[in-house]
Amino acid sequence: MARTLISVPKTAEAGEIVTIKTLISHPMETGFRPGADGRIMARDIITDFTCLYDGEEVFRAETFPATAANPYLTFTTRATRTGTLSFIWRGDNGFEQTETATLTVT
Amino acid sequence: MPRLPNRRRVLALGTGSLATIALRPVAAEAVTRTETTAQAIRRFAGDAEIRPGRVHLDLPPLVENGNAVTITVTVDSPMSGEDHVRRIAVFNDKNPQANVITVHLGPRAGRAAIATRIRLADTQRITAIAETSDGRYWSTSADAIVTLAACLEG
Amino acid sequence: MRGRSAPVLGLLLAWSATAAEIPVSERRSGFDAMSPDIQAMQQDEMANPGLLWLQDGADLWGKAPSPDRPACAGCHGEAGASMRGVAVRYPVYDAATAAPIDLEGRINACRARHQGAAPFPRESRELLGLTTYVAAQSRGLPIAPPDDPRLASARAVGKALFTQRMGQLGLSCAACHDDHAGRRLGAALIPQGHPTGYPLYRLEWQGVGSVQRRLRNCMTGMRAEPFANGAPEFVALERYLMDRASPLPLETPAVRP
Repeated sequence: MARTLISVPKTAEAGEIVTIKTLISHPMETGFRPGADGRIMARDIITDFTCLYDGEEVFRAETFPATAANPYLTFTTRATRTGTLSFIWRGDNGFEQTETATLTVT
Repeated sequence: MPRLPNRRRVLALGTGSLATIALRPVAAEAVTRTETTAQAIRRFAGDAEIRPGRVHLDLPPLVENGNAVTITVTVDSPMSGEDHVRRIAVFNDKNPQANVITVHLGPRAGRAAIATRIRLADTQRITAIAETSDGRYWSTSADAIVTLAACLEG
Repeated sequence: MRGRSAPVLGLLLAWSATAAEIPVSERRSGFDAMSPDIQAMQQDEMANPGLLWLQDGADLWGKAPSPDRPACAGCHGEAGASMRGVAVRYPVYDAATAAPIDLEGRINACRARHQGAAPFPRESRELLGLTTYVAAQSRGLPIAPPDDPRLASARAVGKALFTQRMGQLGLSCAACHDDHAGRRLGAALIPQGHPTGYPLYRLEWQGVGSVQRRLRNCMTGMRAEPFANGAPEFVALERYLMDRASPLPLETPAVRP
């Protein structure tokens, strides 16, 4: 399991726009770099990130080798009701990781 | 302050050598692109006209290390059901591949604003393009000068 | 290198007197010279990628290495209380081995003596994580070298190594970081070379590394053969560098280009 750090406000008012910040441990090996033996190292990147709000997609990103190692991504969503935010990262070599956070709407 | 007589001269020589060594590229240069930046942009926007405006791209003008450069993209939009940003894509023109990131969003985002960290293989121009819900495309570009660290891990 | 160091030590100590030391009031962290975006990366609690390692360390702190042995927390309790002020003193004198020991060495010694566990390899994710977690408890505290006469020889050796010319380019640490700090080498600013934020996230490394990794980089850059991981020369150099950096505040986990 890759280490992740996710920042979601614990509470928000209904209608408030909240900022979500995500960090995940991943080498994002580009597939363009030679290794110690001089041969190009195989690509190993996260290719897709999705955020669901109670199961409904509210944000998605396609990522490429130009994303820095240990990807950092911030985006926003409008708080509508108390619910679960799911964060799903997918990538090369079958990489898939899901984390969740609860957003309480007051 | 006392100083060994030849220290300055030796340092000057050493500095020159190190500076020369540091000029090696960060990314493998030999990579041939399979798609130009213009082609990648057309794959994103089709034949639609791309107008300047609405999009704001913020990145440091002087980059100390191209391995992680913080960029933010915001688009002027009410982000309502009738009028919102559907997609934002960022392109580079010197990395081995033209795409940087493509995001999909809608009225539930509340704002069209993202931040991420990207790799820049060289001094280059970055372009951000947004597609709005009326099918129009908006863009802006920014230049980043990538300086190289003098003492890279050998 | 190690075979040669003893006979030339006297000469090196004589040389060190010529090095221009940076007065306390003029000591500056490399943080100050970084671009605002990298400063922000370090200071934003949610953007600093070093926190990924710190969290690994926090987990290890609470995890027993085997069922019949205590976790770090089993003896030391809350790191926020017990480890605050620790990293700013390191390296210290270790009575058990009658030698100076750095923070990584102390963690591994603790594992061997109290946890019956094998040492983590230097630069391993685990050792960097735990060291980052322990050091970060002292974030913001001034570096506070211990007034311990048993460290005198390590300090002298460290200072000698700092001023000793080494490698094919005939450079020394002091030639850049004392005599030319603030000037440029290529496009890069030469920092004063204070280890205020280790372990730290270096964009060049795309990960967290120790001060010894940084020192090995420097030695390779000077075309010198680096000392081995955990070598006494490195611990001595760390001791001198922390004396030289005092009383700048600790920044772990710092971010550097």
